[in-house]
Amino acid sequence: MSRAPAATLRAELIGLTGVVERNLYLTKRYFLWEVAFFFWTVANTLTIVFIAKGVEASGGQIDVNRQATILLVGGVIWSFLGIIFEILTETVAWERWEGTIEYTFMAPLSRIVHLGGMGVFAVLYGVIRSALLFGVIAFFFDLEMPSADFVSALVVLGVASISFIGLGMMTAVLPLISPEKGSQLGFIGQGMLLVVSGIYYPVDVLPAAMQWLAKISPATYALDGIRNAILEGDGLSKMGDEILPLAIIGLVSIPAGMLVFRWGERYAKRHGKLKRSG
Amino acid sequence: MFDNEVLVNDVPPLGSAPRSAVIVKDLRKEFRKKRKLGKPARRSIALHDVSFTIARGECVAILGQNGSGKSTLIRLLSTLLLNDGGSATVFGYDVFSETKPVRRLVNRVSVEASFFKKMSAGENLSYAARFYGMTARITRREIPEILAKVGFPADRRNEAMENLSRGMQQKVALARALLTSPVLLLLDEPTTGLDPRSKLEVQDFIREVRKEHDATILLCTHDLAEAEVLSDRIGILDAGRLLVLEPAEDLKRRYNAQTLEEAFFAATGKEFEHEEEADVDE
Repeated sequence: MSRAPAATLRAELIGLTGVVERNLYLTKRYFLWEVAFFFWTVANTLTIVFIAKGVEASGGQIDVNRQATILLVGGVIWSFLGIIFEILTETVAWERWEGTIEYTFMAPLSRIVHLGGMGVFAVLYGVIRSALLFGVIAFFFDLEMPSADFVSALVVLGVASISFIGLGMMTAVLPLISPEKGSQLGFIGQGMLLVVSGIYYPVDVLPAAMQWLAKISPATYALDGIRNAILEGDGLSKMGDEILPLAIIGLVSIPAGMLVFRWGERYAKRHGKLKRSG
Repeated sequence: MFDNEVLVNDVPPLGSAPRSAVIVKDLRKEFRKKRKLGKPARRSIALHDVSFTIARGECVAILGQNGSGKSTLIRLLSTLLLNDGGSATVFGYDVFSETKPVRRLVNRVSVEASFFKKMSAGENLSYAARFYGMTARITRREIPEILAKVGFPADRRNEAMENLSRGMQQKVALARALLTSPVLLLLDEPTTGLDPRSKLEVQDFIREVRKEHDATILLCTHDLAEAEVLSDRIGILDAGRLLVLEPAEDLKRRYNAQTLEEAFFAATGKEFEHEEEADVDE
């Protein structure tokens, strides 16, 4: 590699560490918020996993341990997805609120590196938080997962994260083009994924049109893969049906996310929306 | 102190850079303002075919009332807005199509200090410097130095920004801009709202930066005295039109005025708004 591209790449990588560094500072400074938010997620997930016990208590014939694990995986992936979307959407919304948006967007940092840095932090933070959440709930229900292959589950989550980041980039643009309502609009995308991806039920129960949407949702394949790894102990060699679609969606969603964000940034620059609130 | 190790190979070395730091030609910007449902959006022209040049190392001040287009001009040159006509270059780079090299050359201090308020001065400067390619090894050395230089007390470096006075925050904003060694510094009312002592300290620092680091400065201000003492030339921007741009003495002579305030009145037919009435336009 000649000196100029190498230097540019180096500067970009330093910039990426800056994005991660900033988010680490914010996590540290808002630590009590993080604790309170984690407790809320634990409570939320508990209420969902308790459904398995509830069905048995009301006379249903189910394997409680298996059903609770299925719901737990759904709850954890839903929370993971929520973190990725939230952090990427904050790329614009939080900066606008703090007033730093103009300084960040006029810095010589490629947008792909800027958003990629947010994605890297979101995945790191999301994985740690999801692992904690999984551990706490599994301990609470004394769940048994004798054949679980956690490494394969983590690899599936890693591959799925690329698609989640791509989708997050698309929702990150919403506060850029609509400062007042953009963040809320992001919840629509998130909600759609919740309904169609089989977070708490098999996608077969959905109407045909929704099943088609499930086919293009990366969360569907992530959930299938992770559930198979944890419940059946499937290794990566058996995960082709999940990893291949996830990789394809990831390859499409990142450039598509960048394209959408670039369009949004251009629109914001044209209409004077790239500025702080108030 | 500003010799950071940022590797900026697509930026020309200053020695070969064009003589003019900034060339603005017929620059035009308009905004569409929403109206009630069914009615077409109203167009508002923020900048009206503005043209000027700033020589390398020069300090130019722009005076204007609220809504005159000062902040729009600064935001256009900061690559935060797209133009609707005309052109602007910074050291030969097109501001609207070659944003990356322009961004490496420019930094800015605005009327609002704009920081992550829970984070400390050190943390805010540290992550911002990374965006300009500065490593942790460099910032560990340079952040304390530059904060000391702007008169920021060392014992408050780790305190959350929200606990600092406005004057202190503005000093950190100045430090943030200078940490990246910009060759073009855009100052949008950098001393507005500061107490007289902080104001003088910031002005001294701006003078020093210009003298020692060959920085070119575009200053938008509501402080006539500040414009007069800091700048080589003064421009009057009125309703998006640049009426005049020349040294303060020539300006006064042109309008047969004793003071800049009188010259401003003669040029625009409007009283100059002093700081307490000031606001950011657009």
